[in-house]
Amino acid sequence: MTKVSVTVNGAARSGEVEPRTLLVEFLRVGLGLTGTHVGCDTSQCGACTVHLNGKPVKSCTMLALQADGQQVTTIEGVAKGDVLHPMQAAFKECHGLQCGFCTPGMVMSALGIVERHKADQLSEAVVRHELEGNLCRCTGYQGIVNAVLMGAKALGVKVV
Amino acid sequence: MHAFEYIRPASVADAAAKRSANDDSTYLAGGMTLIPTLKQRLAQPSQLLDLGGITELKGITLKDGVLTVGAMTSHADVAASSDVKKSIPALAVLAGSIGDPQVRDRGTLGGSIANSDPSADYPAAVVGLGATVHTNKRQISGDQFFKGLFETALEPGELIVKVSFPTPKRAAYMKFPNPASRYAVVGVMVAETATGIRVAVTGAGACAFRIPAMEAALAKSFSADAIKNITVPVSDMNNDMHATAEYRAHLVGVMAKRAIAAIA
Repeated sequence: MTKVSVTVNGAARSGEVEPRTLLVEFLRVGLGLTGTHVGCDTSQCGACTVHLNGKPVKSCTMLALQADGQQVTTIEGVAKGDVLHPMQAAFKECHGLQCGFCTPGMVMSALGIVERHKADQLSEAVVRHELEGNLCRCTGYQGIVNAVLMGAKALGVKVV
Repeated sequence: MHAFEYIRPASVADAAAKRSANDDSTYLAGGMTLIPTLKQRLAQPSQLLDLGGITELKGITLKDGVLTVGAMTSHADVAASSDVKKSIPALAVLAGSIGDPQVRDRGTLGGSIANSDPSADYPAAVVGLGATVHTNKRQISGDQFFKGLFETALEPGELIVKVSFPTPKRAAYMKFPNPASRYAVVGVMVAETATGIRVAVTGAGACAFRIPAMEAALAKSFSADAIKNITVPVSDMNNDMHATAEYRAHLVGVMAKRAIAAIA
């Protein structure tokens, strides 16, 4: 076992892991942060998306030790207490989910889209293109795309 | 995954020394192929040498008409780089078309070309732009780098440090992506370089390759029409569940013509 120390949602967290432990396993099993989901375990569905140093990554396709000494944000770190983050509120408002399994990954990817486009502008086509790494089996995506656009707007991104 | 030891070397020299001390160790770049491979137990290294902590392997520089990209630079960084967009916009487009945003944040140039996946995008750029691969031991020309299916000119333990791309006069990359994975079913880079026209194909064969007949025809007349009768042998094409060999051979012509149209 090896010690891993990661700043998760702003707090220093550490644990003992096997080198082969995936980041998502460490988050879910080691730290009890079960908001990050494992959908496919083959880096396709994006349900496991978290931010590593501010950028969305698939936590099922990296080792916990690769995140050692770095910053991780999970869906649990997005809301401010009981107040939903504007992107979460937009998913609720736009009915951007049905079963909700993909939603944590969708929100983390949506925040990545906002981060990449905060200085320019965002269109529906760009949102659809940049959600390629996240799969939803229920909604048909329309509600999700609407939610990302509404959330982006609420966060000050110009939507065209 | 089988168990392994994990080490994060601090420098290229440190990584190479550890690699040469253990025949059973392997380098871990972005891990976008290696980690899925380990999960499926298709590889069983006893030791992973994570290159993620080596700062000398990261970064993009543009100097004297040569764009140099560190081996551990992510696809997202290449796609967003103002130096890349300014000097070789086709390379930024190519990097931005790999996988999805999360994959582009982790995947690296060095990892991609060291793997020589037949459907990877970067090999078309390395061959099509006449790049040079710099390793910890030597320089390898892009034309000599890819040797076959998942096979390169790299010797055991040899580590890619950076890749230098001479800025072409003009270039375009067009691919027919697999709609699920975004891997190239066929991708074609067409470039007019200081040493002539280059046409490089990925996705179609065992590894990236050039089409000299198209290059010669384009040197005489740079137009999509000039290559309309030039075909690649169906017997050299990959044939799998995504596309037949005949379809891939057809797509090579279509993607080449689209690339020419994009820059003509």
